Amino acid sequence: MSDAQSLIELIPRLRRYARALVGDRATADDLLQDTLERAWSKLHLYRHGTDLRAWLFTVMHNVHVNRVRAARPTDPLEDEMPELAQRATQGDALVVRDLERGIAALPLAQREVLLLVALEDLSYNETARVLGIPIGTVMSRLARAREKLRLLLHGKGGTKLQVVK
Amino acid sequence: MSENQAISEAELQAWADDRLDEGRRAELEAWFTAHPEEAERAAAYRSFNEQLRVRYDPVLDEPVPPRLERAARRGLHLRSLALAAAWVALGIAIGTIAGWQLHALHTPAPAAQAEAPVIARRAALAHATYSPEVRHPVEVGADQEQHLVAWLSKRLGGDVRAPKLDSEGMALVGGRLLPRDPGPVAQFMYQNAQGRRVTLYVRTEGPDRRETAFRFAREGNVRVFYWIDRKFGYALSSADVDRDELLKLANAVYRQLNP
Repeated sequence: MSDAQSLIELIPRLRRYARALVGDRATADDLLQDTLERAWSKLHLYRHGTDLRAWLFTVMHNVHVNRVRAARPTDPLEDEMPELAQRATQGDALVVRDLERGIAALPLAQREVLLLVALEDLSYNETARVLGIPIGTVMSRLARAREKLRLLLHGKGGTKLQVVK
Repeated sequence: MSENQAISEAELQAWADDRLDEGRRAELEAWFTAHPEEAERAAAYRSFNEQLRVRYDPVLDEPVPPRLERAARRGLHLRSLALAAAWVALGIAIGTIAGWQLHALHTPAPAAQAEAPVIARRAALAHATYSPEVRHPVEVGADQEQHLVAWLSKRLGGDVRAPKLDSEGMALVGGRLLPRDPGPVAQFMYQNAQGRRVTLYVRTEGPDRRETAFRFAREGNVRVFYWIDRKFGYALSSADVDRDELLKLANAVYRQLNP
């Protein structure tokens, strides 16, 4: 009873994160629904007394990674991918008019760290635990995510981006 | 630059998240005055946090779609079954202890105190085992109440009644006969409009019975009020209602059995 109640109360905050993570509402709600279902099947792994929300972020991370892999097996999940630099030289996909598109342009691994820290206000340690990565990796992904976002939103050197026709 | 070495990228990120202690924050901000580009970069990072909140906080106020609420509730049954399984495992352990305690009753040692917790534990175990059941929570439904009561009375060898708790918002679901404890036991199940369940465990007491006041016990997440009254021992159990509510229900049961 209390588990179900806790899950229901956490839905809005999980939804906020899912929306920022995947963009559109329907996909985000699909992700959350899968996450809740998986959470129930894995509830025996949750340790009572620990942060349920953080645990659910972990479940959502796993569900999302699996979904992305299933949909696009070659999609870059790691932040070492140079795809943004490549796109930056192409010019056409360059104009990121708003935050939303900037977030979407980040590699998933960086996007997750940025959103858990900046939007969900998890500590760096909590973020590391949620994603199962060392805290040093959290910090480096966070730095790369923000710098990438800055370049996308403000252009290099803080000047507005020139659109190359 | 010595300052550059002193201030790490991680600290700059922490400044953007406002997670530095006050002293270190002041040091960074002093350093920023001499490094306007870094200052601008850090300020941009900080502004992203705010922009993210502005953009996504409204999601918190959106009405939750029914399918998500259903998904959040869906596992309840499975979860409860898992709990029941755990209780059965625990019950085997308790049964061993209880058997030992009952055995102790046959010795002249004053073991009356051990007797009461046994009924509470067994009632809690029975509650945890059957109350999660969705399809077959009871053997005989409330629609056959007369049959149910007659059947249980016959098996328990006494006039067993199913108290009415409708005035407390609890409707009788039905009842079942449980294995010997050491004699046969009746379990009545009640449920309110929210699906919360309580069970009343009724067993015959031996000839050396004595009446007791309400006593409270807790086994895992199951709360139990139990008492002995004349021929029967009673235990009212629930994992769904709090202690005060359970006491109210226990009082209602007691009043009906002793009009």
